[in-house]
Parts: sequence; C-alpha cells; structure tokens
Amino acid sequence: MRTLFPVLRVLGLTVVLFGLTMLAPLLLAWIGNDAAQKAYDEAILITMLSGAAMWFAARRYKRELQPRDGFLLVSLSWTVIPAFATLPLLFYFYQAGQPLSFTDAYFETVSGLTTTGATVLTGLEKLPPSINLWRHLLVWLGGMGILVLAVAILPLLGVGGSQIYKAETPGPMKESKLTPRIAETAKGLYAVYVGITVACVLLYKWAGMNWFDAFCHAFSTMGLGGFSTYDASFAAFADRPWVDVVAVIFMVLASVNFAMHFLAWRRKSLMPYWYCPEARFVLLALIGSALFISLYLLDRGVYADWTAALRYGVFNTISIATTTGFANTDYEQWPIFAPVLMIFLSCFATSSGSTGGGIKMIRALVLLQQAGRELSRALHPKQINPVRIGRDAVDNKVVFAIMAFMLMYGMTVIVATFLLLLSGLDEKSAFTAVMASINNMGPGLGKVGPASNYQGLTDFQTWVCTASMLLGRLELFTLLVLFTPAFWRK
Amino acid sequence: MKIIILGAGRVGESVAESLVSEQNDITIVDTDIGKLMQMQDRLDLRCVAGNATHPSVLRDAGAEDADMLIAVTAFDETNLVACKLAAKLFNVPMRIARVRSTEFQDMPELTGAGGFEAQTVICPEQTVVDTIEKLVEFPEALQVLEFADGRANLIAVRAYAGGPLVQQPIGEMRKQLPNVDARVVAVYRNDRALACEAATVIQPGDEVFCLAASENIRAVMTELRRMDKPVKRVMIAGGGNIGLRLAKKLDGHYNLKVLERDKRRCEYLAGQLSSQTLVLQADATDEDLLTDENVNECDLFLALTSDDEDNIMACLLAKRLGARRTVAIINRRSYAELMQGSGIDIAIAPSQSTIGELLKHVRRGDIVAVHSLRRGAAEAIEAIAHGDTSNSKVVGKRIDEIDLPKGAMIGAIVRGMPAESTDDTSADLARAKVLAAHHDTVIEPEDHVIVFCENKRIISKVEKLFQVSVAFL
Repeated sequence: MRTLFPVLRVLGLTVVLFGLTMLAPLLLAWIGNDAAQKAYDEAILITMLSGAAMWFAARRYKRELQPRDGFLLVSLSWTVIPAFATLPLLFYFYQAGQPLSFTDAYFETVSGLTTTGATVLTGLEKLPPSINLWRHLLVWLGGMGILVLAVAILPLLGVGGSQIYKAETPGPMKESKLTPRIAETAKGLYAVYVGITVACVLLYKWAGMNWFDAFCHAFSTMGLGGFSTYDASFAAFADRPWVDVVAVIFMVLASVNFAMHFLAWRRKSLMPYWYCPEARFVLLALIGSALFISLYLLDRGVYADWTAALRYGVFNTISIATTTGFANTDYEQWPIFAPVLMIFLSCFATSSGSTGGGIKMIRALVLLQQAGRELSRALHPKQINPVRIGRDAVDNKVVFAIMAFMLMYGMTVIVATFLLLLSGLDEKSAFTAVMASINNMGPGLGKVGPASNYQGLTDFQTWVCTASMLLGRLELFTLLVLFTPAFWRK
Repeated sequence: MKIIILGAGRVGESVAESLVSEQNDITIVDTDIGKLMQMQDRLDLRCVAGNATHPSVLRDAGAEDADMLIAVTAFDETNLVACKLAAKLFNVPMRIARVRSTEFQDMPELTGAGGFEAQTVICPEQTVVDTIEKLVEFPEALQVLEFADGRANLIAVRAYAGGPLVQQPIGEMRKQLPNVDARVVAVYRNDRALACEAATVIQPGDEVFCLAASENIRAVMTELRRMDKPVKRVMIAGGGNIGLRLAKKLDGHYNLKVLERDKRRCEYLAGQLSSQTLVLQADATDEDLLTDENVNECDLFLALTSDDEDNIMACLLAKRLGARRTVAIINRRSYAELMQGSGIDIAIAPSQSTIGELLKHVRRGDIVAVHSLRRGAAEAIEAIAHGDTSNSKVVGKRIDEIDLPKGAMIGAIVRGMPAESTDDTSADLARAKVLAAHHDTVIEPEDHVIVFCENKRIISKVEKLFQVSVAFL
C-alpha cells in the first residue's frame, strides 16, 4: 500500500484539476438557464472533495515518480476520472426523471475521454446545452490527455512528469522530447492544441454552424472523438456543405503528430511535416483511400453525380479512418466493401502523438519494413539492414516491442469479440463494435452502426466495449502491465 | 537558462545533475545513445545523439537560442571545436570548454577570443590536483577552498577532543583568538546542519566550516584539533593524469613515491619526474609491496587511479598497514558517502570540485567564485556588492539588517580587491583586507562578500540580494 500513496497524491491533485473543468458547463448552464443547472454543484463538490481527500491522505508521501508509478497513475486516472465525469450526467438524468444507469453513464464518459465518440444517449438535440458541452469537453480533454494537462499545469511533477507523459502519449517511440523540460513540452503541445481548436471553432461558425455547435463540434473534431449534438451527426448540416469541408480539414490536421504542428509553429516553416516520417504516409493513406472510395461509390452507382460521391465518400472515409466517427450519411447502406475498408483504415491511418486511436501509422511502417527486411535477408543472408524511420535506424528492441503490441492487439480483439458473441450479439455487430472501441473510432456496423448507437447493448456488452476503449487509448501495455504479478511484487 | 552540455561522461553527468534541479533547460549531447536514454529517464532534460562537432547536431540541440555551452567531452579537440562552432555559427553568449592537456592550458590566445573562442577553460584534473595540494599543505583539514584569489579561505575541519574550542560555544573563539578575524559558518553533526549561533557548542566529531584569511588557517585549525606533524612522506597510487600532475607539483618538496601498474607509463613517469622521486611499477593493492615500501611510515597515502574500487581498497589496506592519513578519489557519489570517515580520511569527488567553476557562470549577479560543498548539498558563493545604498539590497547596510534567507550566512568580507583585468594584481591583492563578518559590519560598494548557503533552495534568494535593481541600469 505504501507504494500507492505517492501516486494517490498526484491523482488527488489531478482529480481536483479535473473538477475545475466542470465549471465550464456550470457557467453555460447559468447563462443559458438550462435544465441541468442543479446537476453541477454537487458534482463539482464531490469531485473536488474526493480529490482533496486523496491528496490529503497521501500528502506526506512526496517523492519522484518512478516508471512503475507512471503506469499506475495513468491507469488509475483513466479509470477514476471518467467515474467522476459521470456525476453531472447521473444527476441530470435523475432530476429529469429518467435515471441513467452507472454502466451507461460510465460508457459515455469513457467514450468521451478516450475520444471514441460512441454514445448510449438518444435525443441529443433535446439535451440541455451544458450537458452536451460537458460531453464534448471530455473528448477535447481526453484528446491531448488529461495527465499531459496536469504535467503542464502542476509544477510539482518534475522527472515524474516524463514518466506520466510516456505512459499516456500514444506511439511506440516517445524518447524524443520537444523541449528540455517536460512541463514545457506539455505546455507547448497544449498551446498548439488550443490554437488549432480556436481556428476550427471560427471556421465552423463561418461555415454556418451556430456558436454552440461550432464549439462542441470543434472539441469533438480536434479530439478525433465523434460526439455530436445531433442524433443525425453531420447529416444535420446537409444543407451546409462547407461544414463538411472544414471538418475534413481539421480531422486531417488532428491526425498528424502534434509535435510536428509544434515544430512547424516554432520554426515558422512547413519543413517539419516533410521530415516527419509518418505525416506523408498518413496523408497519402487518407487522401488516397478517400478518393478511391468516392470513385468506387460513383462506379457502383450509389451516387449519380460526382459531387455527391466526393462529398459523402471523402467525408465518411476521412471521419472513420482518422478514428473520429462523424457520419453525414448512413454509410452502412453502401456496398459492404467500403465500410469494411474504412474500419480497416482506422487501425493505421493516424500518427503517433496525434489525438487519434488505433495501431498508428508508425507501427505499420516499421512492421512493413521488418517484413521487407526478412525478404531481403532471404536473398542476402549477410546483409545488415536496420529498419529505418525517416533518417534514423530503429533499434531492434522497438521492432520487437511493436510485434508484441500487434500480438496483444490481435488477442484483445479476439477475446473481446468472443465475449460479445458469447453474450449473444451477432457476429457483424460484435466484431465491428470491438474494432470501433479499441480503435477509439465510435460507430461500428449492424446494431452499433452509424444509424443507431450503443444503447441496445446489454450491460455486460457495454462493459466489454468500455474496457476495449480504455485498452485502446492507453495502447494496451500501460493498462495490462498492472495485471502482471511482477508489477505488484516488492 | 538554456544550457547545452556536450559529453555525458562523469563530468557531464554531474554537471547536468546539479544544474537540472535549478529550473534550467538542459540539453545534453553525446554519441552513446544508451547512456543518453538512461540519463533522460533519470533527469528532466533532453538528449541529442550525435557528434558534438557537427553543426547539425548543435542545431538540433538548440544552439541557436542557447545561453551557455559547456563542452566537457573527453576530447580536447571536440570541446574546442564545438566552442568555435558555437561562437561562429550560433552566437552562444557563454562558452566553456574542458581542456585536459597541459599544452593548451595557459594559452588564452589559442583557446579564447580570436582562437577557439572558449571564454573559460576548465580542467577538472587540475582542479582536483589543486584540491589535493591544499590537503598536503594542511593535512588536518577536510577541505580548503579559496576565495578572493586566495586571500580568504573556507576550511572544513573535523573537531577532535583536545582542541581548545571543542566542547565550547562558538562565541568563545573571539576570546581565545583575539587577533584572528575568523568566523564559523556551519557545523554539521552526523551529517545534519546545526544552527550556527554564538551559543552552539562544538562536539568532537563535528564537521566545522570556518572562513578566515589565508594567513590564519593554521591558527583556526589549532582551535579545533591537535596539529599533526607536517607532511614529509607521500605515497601516490596511480600515475595517471591526476597522479602525474600532482607528482610534478610535489616533486622535490616531499619524499615521494609513485606506484603505477603499467610498465611503459612508469618509464614515462620516471622521465617526467626528478630522480628524488621513486617510481615503482606495482599494484597499489599489493600488500607485500606496500609493507616493503614502508607504508607505515608514510604521512599521506593518495589513491588517484581512475578505478573507484581500487582506490578504496588501496586506501583501506594502506590505513591498516599504518599509513597516517589516506585520501582517495571516488567518482561514484554513493561510494563517497559510504567511505567518508571510515579507513579513508578524505574522499574526493572530482565532479564536485569542477562544478563550482561552472556554477560561477550560471549564477546571476556578479559572482566571482562558487564552491559546491557536501556533495552538492551546500554551496559557498563569493559575490561582489555593486551599486550604492539606493539601488542595492546589501550595500551600506549592517549585516544584521540584510534580509538573508534562513540557512544562509555571510562569513567574510574582502575589501579593497583589485578590479578584474588589471595586470599587476599581486601587489594589490596583498593590500586587500579580509574581515570576518560580525553583526555590525557595514558592507561597502565593491566588497567581495562570501556567503555560505546551507541548501540549494535558498541560493536563488541570495542571488537576488546581490542583483542591482533595474534603476541602476
């Protein structure tokens, strides 16, 4: 237990910090005088007091966090904070006379924080605006990482900060820091994130959304989440095509490593994007497959004219491939090839260090090169041929770690799919629900397709999806390492 | 401050370690990626792998907006070239190079402006040799550190029963030594700092830090312990870089024996040293040889090889065979802490001796000298009080009026120091007066004030005291 206390101290502070973010929907509820006004006071009080209590209980255990603590802290934060985030939802729905179960509320908040964007709620446009803001704010916070925010703001994390940063940020190689001090790196990333989000809000407004929708959808877009304030998602803006264009641009931006945005902004040049080993492949994959699917739709006669094919093909492909999960049409009605390809793309088409989910482009690149290396070695047994990313050779340790990751990823998908099948879900819905959860994408196909949502699942099925989302966001290892006996051994 | 450190060796690592805790942005460059990763995991700094003499590597390390470049790789060439690059391509304002070879050392026209552009050249080996030389001169002291170009000294002494001041309150010192102006600035008992007031009683075994003018060192030490016979016979184990430098200094003045394992090195040593010095090809941990060479008659046994374990074992062995006093170089901090006070009388950490030289440039305000003490925990700073009563927080004030943070103590004031860059300083230097700080001493402009800081947290406050307020500029 003693080893737990230093972690608890930081966790307490993070929870307090998180409680502060609830002030945003509270403020909106006051201004708009909406139905959820009374839901926040108690939620904030409970969150802040719990955080303070954790900090108080562990205040004496002040020491630098070790790698082990980093894993524990990140895993705990990502399980505990969504629980506190459910409070406004639980209180509001209770007061509204249609109580939401904790299972559903927790699914909703985990889905938000992990930027999945799958929802169990219907009648979104009838929810009080403050509740909708809260859901979207969760996506935005989860996108860059709630603990990265803590590292940026709380000055007390020091070296421990880099342990947390490493455990929370997605991607296989996290050694390269942008600035010497980790707190500065975290601040820089958030500054870029805020900057691009502001631009996104303004453009959405310009494209025809009202301010509230612009804010909510910008949060959801930048976090590559997929929450919307409308049940119909982007189909609600069918008469405003520029909204779709803005969404596509910012989804692509958010699927690039934010370190590259940071460097480009810092050096006032576009060269970092060019030197980034991932960015060009991400762009190639996104744009190539979007155009390909549009042509395919045109060829199959789904859309008669090319503008419609382009609009729906590009938007939905980019949205699913970047693991966002917006939809401006029910793409499940398309020939099955297109939606399955889109789900497959969602595994690879985002960068490490972006807000997207899935396996990430860099791992795919390393594995492809590894495959090529084995082929080449069959011909030239004595060849020394390191895997290269950009101009740098990748250490074999990283290659092995990525292969282990792939194996675990595959196993997790299989186990979770079997669990859903066991619980009686049909095979199409089961498999796509797992893929959509573990890739933090959102809608699957069948019962969980773009035209419906996760409301129809049983409690057990909901928990399986919740767990998959967390595993996907924390890239398996951070969470799974806690379940190894060695972690707890003294 | 944005600082780039080249070289993640022993010196680089300890420099990074002591600077990173003070809110500096540190980037460290080395060719060994494994070493870098290990440091990045342990310290909050950034690592860049690559050759430090390549402009692209320096640019990656952020040389364009760096405030200071510290080149401490093992190679003089790399360090000098890196300084030149930093000056020529990146305009790094402060450049420090480590130069080990004696060939370049006293050639500022070569290493400094117009040459390789390193403003300061440091040589950790030389610093260590200076430290040890002081210990040979004052064998009773644990440490003797110079301030104000040698006019004032900070002495660390372990108190032994029998010294007139031991078992007495500190205030007694003025009565016992009415003509000597000295001041006790810190007392450590079992590694913990005691409040240093006039009423504090010194116990045997305490580590006492005392500031005094150089001519009074002996007088102060006799207060705290019985004096030993002066050193005559010295044995040096290890004829490497440090061993040879020290041997050259001591050659002819002492009865000196140098032990070195490598035969060819021995031949070189014998050629460099006079025939009075005995060069022995032998292992310093060879018991028979040490007995044969009368280690029991030896006043001072110095283990100066590059291997910590060898140094420790050689010293323990020599002590058991009867050597009067043993000194070992111990690089690893944990070993140094373990060994201090056991069979080894003094453990010297080379990295700690060097760090002061660098800290001098990192500190704000006009700081002339910094010495890192107690393995980096405490620090002694010599600062110049600029300005006048209107814009300085110290000038024109009595010492008890100065708003010193808790744990900091003004130990001495050196008045009348010649300003820098005058040529004939030796004569002026003799005129400078060392005053022990009393509560009613008033600080005058351009005084050199020596402050002892018990812990690193308060240093920034002390720095601020000596910064002249903006109105002055």
